[in-house]
Amino acid sequence: MSAVAVEGVWKYYGDYPALRDIRLEAAEGACLALIGRNGAGKTTLLRAIAGFSTAQRGKIKIFGKEPREAETRRQMGFIGHGISVYDELSALENLTLFGKLYGLPNPKKSANEWLERTGLERVRNGLVREFSRGMRQRLAVARAFLHEPRVLLLDEPFTALDDRAIAVLQRLLREGLAAGKTIVMSTHQLREALELATHVALLTRGQLAFHGVRTQEMVDDPGYVYARYGEGA
Amino acid sequence: MKYVRQVATVTMKDLRAELRTKEAINASLAFALMILLLFSYTFDPEQEMMRQVSGGLLWIVFAFAGTLTLNRSFARELPNDCLDALIAAPIPGSALFLGKCFASFVLVLAVELVSLPVFGIFYRVHWTPQFPALFGVLLLGTWALTIIGTIFSALTVNIKLREVMLPMLTYPILMPALMSAMRLTTSLVNGQPIPEDDFAWLKMLVGFDVVFTAVSLVLVETVLVG
Repeated sequence: MSAVAVEGVWKYYGDYPALRDIRLEAAEGACLALIGRNGAGKTTLLRAIAGFSTAQRGKIKIFGKEPREAETRRQMGFIGHGISVYDELSALENLTLFGKLYGLPNPKKSANEWLERTGLERVRNGLVREFSRGMRQRLAVARAFLHEPRVLLLDEPFTALDDRAIAVLQRLLREGLAAGKTIVMSTHQLREALELATHVALLTRGQLAFHGVRTQEMVDDPGYVYARYGEGA
Repeated sequence: MKYVRQVATVTMKDLRAELRTKEAINASLAFALMILLLFSYTFDPEQEMMRQVSGGLLWIVFAFAGTLTLNRSFARELPNDCLDALIAAPIPGSALFLGKCFASFVLVLAVELVSLPVFGIFYRVHWTPQFPALFGVLLLGTWALTIIGTIFSALTVNIKLREVMLPMLTYPILMPALMSAMRLTTSLVNGQPIPEDDFAWLKMLVGFDVVFTAVSLVLVETVLVG
């Protein structure tokens, strides 16, 4: 069974089809890099996979189940464009809150562990609104990994990250892949993404232009997929 | 029990965030006190008419001030895209919604309970003898305001003009509840028990709360995810 299966998904914004008959799969332990120009539909597809919006046609399955089922959501971690943590709460309060919402047995202990893993243990009681951008991003990473998800959905995870946050995220993603987690990430940072990816999907104007195994050519030349399969190829 | 814990977690998060910033409660309280003060210059507290309109006046203030708090209910989730994280969490949409409702309910009720003595002083009404019944009507009316305000706050959260849209959508639907609350409150703030004829209004208010709570709980998942 695929960890993530997208079966003939169409998504419209008004009359405009943002996704057109998308069909792709990610096996358990795979890392799928979703690439494409701005407006290609990467974020729309990731949000549909995450269950934030529903597709008008087609089906999305996570380990064979609907994305909105509670059991499925418990297995998913998501990092979107925003950091999704509360400015008015402390780092510890934020992670404890999400630990409680995910039903962790000891939310505070898990929160403290992840604050240490992301290098935020010294500021655990500081309000997020007082954090630097890099610290906020590391906290966002901790939030997404806190409940040990089996599937990670990452929307432009490396964009606007500082060096330390990139290093933390790359380390955690490598550890996750080694532990058999499935990763689906949209990105414009091709070099970082293709180093991690096992598979690549190229979206062009809402359509799947390419879906296959990542090859060494793609790592050597990050523009290869666009040149070979993109518009004007 | 798990469901109750999820609701309580969301409620406590919203209350904690609001008590740190005080942005909604300060605006709401300042607005309520200002309107009460301004109206007190308009109406003569000695007139019979004042007694007749006191309930309506009070609920107009509560409804307007309450909207300021309710506007923030889901708008609070917009900075940093926090709503995504809440929707992604494995809790039912109804638990998220109820958690937010209870937090807003506490905040709106707090503003009302502060406004009530001020109203008593400015308008020379004797609201204390019937306080238990009045408190009951406040609870029912405030729940109606909260449940409608919160579901429409969720519906309008991604609209740019949500501050304008929320009152436009909520007040027409709230009419039966506001009419009932006004009618019941008028006798109570004048120190009189609810007249027997007005028990139909009480039933309507209870019915409104039950029906719209049930409808909102059914619809909230669709409202949040679409």
